[in-house]
Amino acid sequence: MADKSTNKEHFLSPKIDKMMLGLADAFSFVRRFFKEVWFPPYEFKEVIRQCYQIGYNSLPLISLTGFIVGIVFTNQSRPSLSEFGATSWLPALISIAIVRAMGPLVTALIAAGKVGSSIGAEIGSMKVTEQIDAMEVSATNPFKFLVVTRVLATTFMIPILVMYTDFVALMGAFLSVNSNESVSFSTYFVQVFEAISFLDIFSSILKSLVFGFTIGIVGCYKGYHSSKGTEGVGKAANASVVLAMFLIFIEELLALQIVNFIRLS
Amino acid sequence: MREKVVEVRGLMKSFGDLDVLMGVDLDLYKGENVVVLGKSGTGKSVLIKIMVGLLTQDEGTMQVLGREVSKLSSKELNDLRLKIGFSFQASALYDSMTVRENLEFPLVRNVKGLSKGEKNKMVEEVLDAVGLSQTINQMPSELSGGQRKRIGIARTLILKPEIMLYDEPTAGLDPITCSDINNLINEVRENYNTSSIIITHDLTCARDTGDRVAVLLDGVFGSEGKFEDVFGNPSDQRVKSFYDYNFIK
Ligand SMILES: Nc1ncnc2c1ncn2[C@@H]1O[C@H](COP(=O)(O)OP(=O)(O)OP(=O)(O)O)[C@@H](O)[C@H]1O
Ligand SMILES: [Mg+2]
Repeated sequence: MADKSTNKEHFLSPKIDKMMLGLADAFSFVRRFFKEVWFPPYEFKEVIRQCYQIGYNSLPLISLTGFIVGIVFTNQSRPSLSEFGATSWLPALISIAIVRAMGPLVTALIAAGKVGSSIGAEIGSMKVTEQIDAMEVSATNPFKFLVVTRVLATTFMIPILVMYTDFVALMGAFLSVNSNESVSFSTYFVQVFEAISFLDIFSSILKSLVFGFTIGIVGCYKGYHSSKGTEGVGKAANASVVLAMFLIFIEELLALQIVNFIRLS
Repeated sequence: MREKVVEVRGLMKSFGDLDVLMGVDLDLYKGENVVVLGKSGTGKSVLIKIMVGLLTQDEGTMQVLGREVSKLSSKELNDLRLKIGFSFQASALYDSMTVRENLEFPLVRNVKGLSKGEKNKMVEEVLDAVGLSQTINQMPSELSGGQRKRIGIARTLILKPEIMLYDEPTAGLDPITCSDINNLINEVRENYNTSSIIITHDLTCARDTGDRVAVLLDGVFGSEGKFEDVFGNPSDQRVKSFYDYNFIK
């Protein structure tokens, strides 16, 4: 029998040890995703179903939030611009703010709340009720069927949702600009598109892919490692949201640094 | 000598400081129903999970259909798993799928090139075998505990397994439903030619389904044989109390 006394000794303090082990565990989960995603069987049907679910779940909330963000941001920016008599810059300012930062961030945070938590809860409850074991004994790879499909779905869907949010927010902003500065629809959109560059759109999509991946993998990881009992499921759902949001902010900061660096050079 | 389908020798398993199995030996012969009895937490579920490779033993051997389970590659393990039906303690039906989709799940993934008609026929056949044809389009959440157990058994039968592992098939069910499940287990053996391990702490189930019973006591099989022999005049106090608390005399 293995010598168990060694288990009790910690390398550093127990807390740090546990954190390190958790990190290693999470890292190997991510690595497993990249190992398994390339090989068949590809669960196309399940990926499509998940994509549909994600869109269906988050569309109403994203539409509403995007629209309101557009209006509010425009109305809040107007006073400072009008001090310099520069309200004609409003469309350009809005466009840059929404495409570069607010669209991706708002979408990702809402999706982390709606989609991330439901992935965490669903996989957590499948784990707790042995449905994952049941898949395994019927010779199906549950990691592939549950994790890979969901991560792919969020990675593809978040950029699409971001573009949608951008559009809705710009429409909200247009409503405000149109009624206050009586700018026409075509003038507004010409100004909007003049303000943003290829780099803006490209980096925004790339960033959204990373956000989507984060939401999916965090939800799956927390669900897959949820502890026994119904309490574990709730915790998994909650932890998915908190961790995903935290990581999204960190990624946003990093992305900002990288894009600024590219822009300068 | 009959053909052995499962041979367990000196099996040990612990979780951290908790020793669960401490040298388990067990044989299962072809066509036989063996009942494994034991108190809660003695490692009955752990034993059959090692049998299908969901867990790995620390020491000892677990031979199933002549192969050592812990030494199989993942491809070989999957091939073996297709020959084993595992009925979970809590049924483990997929919540997000209908009964039909639950039953089709192992089928579409493991048997290629089935037509829709053939698939439907196989689904209807196993549903009929467990007597629940009317539930085909229902969701698992709409079923009773006993019905869920039966659908769980049907899902394992669809691939026509050689070995059936039942984890507490009658736990939490009323006596009449229990006896229905016991009959079902016996019917499955006749119609599907399975060899089975039935895990339970229900002695009625043990008596009605088992050719042989084995009692798991503190990590080893303490007493083994025909039901009447094990419980007829038990010398071990633990076996005796197990019997006394189960049957009202
Ligand atoms: N994956 C695991 N990790 C850690 N401990 C485990 C694990 N699986 C089982 N155990 C422990 O092993 C012991 C035996 O568990 P097992 O599920 O086999 O009991 P059982 O005999 O099936 O009991 P019951 O009749 O209640 O189902 C329990 O104490 C349990 O906590
Ligand atoms: Mg058990």
